[in-house]
Amino acid sequence: MNTELNLKTLIVKKPLKLDCGKTINDFPIAYETYGTLNEKKDNAILVFHALTGDQFVTGLNPITNKDGWWSYAVGPDKAIDTKKYFVICSNVIGGCLGSFGPSHKDPVTQKVFGTNFPVITINDMVNAQNNLLDHLGIDKLFSVVGGSMGGMQVLQFISNFPDKAKTVIPIACTSSHSAQNIAFNELGRQAIAADSNWNEGNYNFKDTIPNKGLAVARMAAHITYLSKKGLQEKFGRKLQEREDLKFGFDADFQIESYLRYQGSVFVDRFDANSYLYITRAMDYFDLSKQFNGNLSNAFKESKAKFFIISFTSDWLYPTQENKDIVIALNAIGADVGFVEIESDKGHDSFLLDVPDFLSALKNFLDKSYIEN
Amino acid sequence: MKNEFKVIADLIEKDKKVLDVGCADGTLMKFLKDNKNINIRGLEISKDKVQKCIAKGLTVIEGNAEKDLIQFPDKSFDYVVLSQTLQAFLNPELVINELLRVGKKAIVTIPNFGYWKIRLHLLIKGTMPITKTLPDEWYNTPNLHMCTIKDFVHFVKSKNLKIFKSIALNNENVSSINDANLGVKNLFADLGIFLIEK
Repeated sequence: MNTELNLKTLIVKKPLKLDCGKTINDFPIAYETYGTLNEKKDNAILVFHALTGDQFVTGLNPITNKDGWWSYAVGPDKAIDTKKYFVICSNVIGGCLGSFGPSHKDPVTQKVFGTNFPVITINDMVNAQNNLLDHLGIDKLFSVVGGSMGGMQVLQFISNFPDKAKTVIPIACTSSHSAQNIAFNELGRQAIAADSNWNEGNYNFKDTIPNKGLAVARMAAHITYLSKKGLQEKFGRKLQEREDLKFGFDADFQIESYLRYQGSVFVDRFDANSYLYITRAMDYFDLSKQFNGNLSNAFKESKAKFFIISFTSDWLYPTQENKDIVIALNAIGADVGFVEIESDKGHDSFLLDVPDFLSALKNFLDKSYIEN
Repeated sequence: MKNEFKVIADLIEKDKKVLDVGCADGTLMKFLKDNKNINIRGLEISKDKVQKCIAKGLTVIEGNAEKDLIQFPDKSFDYVVLSQTLQAFLNPELVINELLRVGKKAIVTIPNFGYWKIRLHLLIKGTMPITKTLPDEWYNTPNLHMCTIKDFVHFVKSKNLKIFKSIALNNENVSSINDANLGVKNLFADLGIFLIEK
């Protein structure tokens, strides 16, 4: 997908052994940077994107022609101030915006991987991205930050590379995907699989894309990113461009129309197989299991300063799951701060204009940088 | 900075690890961090105040002392500070136990309900006392378990806890409390500051 676009890409020569046992090499990592790396190279921030995010954190996303996914938080004078910090973000492996993923061709067979692409994990994603730091000549990041699946990558990153970041900011995430999280992801995957165009993952990218299945997956997931209160306030039972109910199955309600729209725009920018792979990686994520059930051990080698942020109305990665990370860090006397931000905007709060969140993020970063 | 915080800061040696429970806007934390190189953490229930601490560059955890102290390991701090909050807990005894589990020592300050102005207010007016340190009406006060300096000293002794220092505060006046002057201090101090250990 989108190979015609001129994406900034690093070809990683070093072989990477994946959790599934397979080894990949000479694979691409597509990335973007914002701001300038200073001479001391102490102002770099690695941002990890969420499930459907990409490397275009801020400014205009050339694929969607819309603002980057974290434009509220990242940019000149924003919470993550690109006048001050050098921001790096790369597309995760398994993704569909230039990094090695199921829409790429298998160099051996010269056919598109599809579901022959190896199953990847959050661990594989961060290990792959670590190559980017070597490429950019950065020994130690000022910060690693991300929300949702980005937060999971933050946790995995500092666990794998305890000395590579001074500050660590996992937002609205979890250290272990819950049954409910897995259930919603499975719903999305089954929606894709139920689309006859999916064809076990072997579709061409022209006329037989499983758009319907992917759109339904997105619609279902989108509901989980919002809160009941937020939905009620925004849509309530308002009707879509009509005076009364039509006694049919068109989108009578604004919420129906909104979800259909969200589904339709999503399929233009996202690959169904990537959706399967990335949701699988999230489901497999269980950091405490990697440390025999003791989450604290994931962080005990790190001297980094942690700041954990959750949102009151986030029921996908609720405050308690974020607090479990705080508890694990306190158990080993780590430097950890925590705040739960009041917001009606659900899990999506971290992507939106939530002033208390943005000011907390900015204050934490800027004050930590001064002390640095 | 208020006198109470100066007294608390004087009780803490340099380079220690301190937890400020109910750290409010972080005034004491900031002072300890800047002036005594204290490795300081705060626990605060109010979201607004947590934000203020973050703006000061302080490490603070949003949480409730009655529920969230449990996550800190035994003796993980040299000192745990609890300033004028003990009376607001549902179970002050449990909180004191937790403070002394988490901290090697605890510094607890209490608004003294035995202060003469409070006694006089109740005696003359016959209504619940309102003072500078206790500014709320009976129906909206967060305080559930008011006590006097004498009550607190008795409590600490009955639980076989050690008192290292007892300090009485009356506006700018700082004096120490001992067995001989307990009755007098209980009348003339509006705040008691105690350094205790299990």
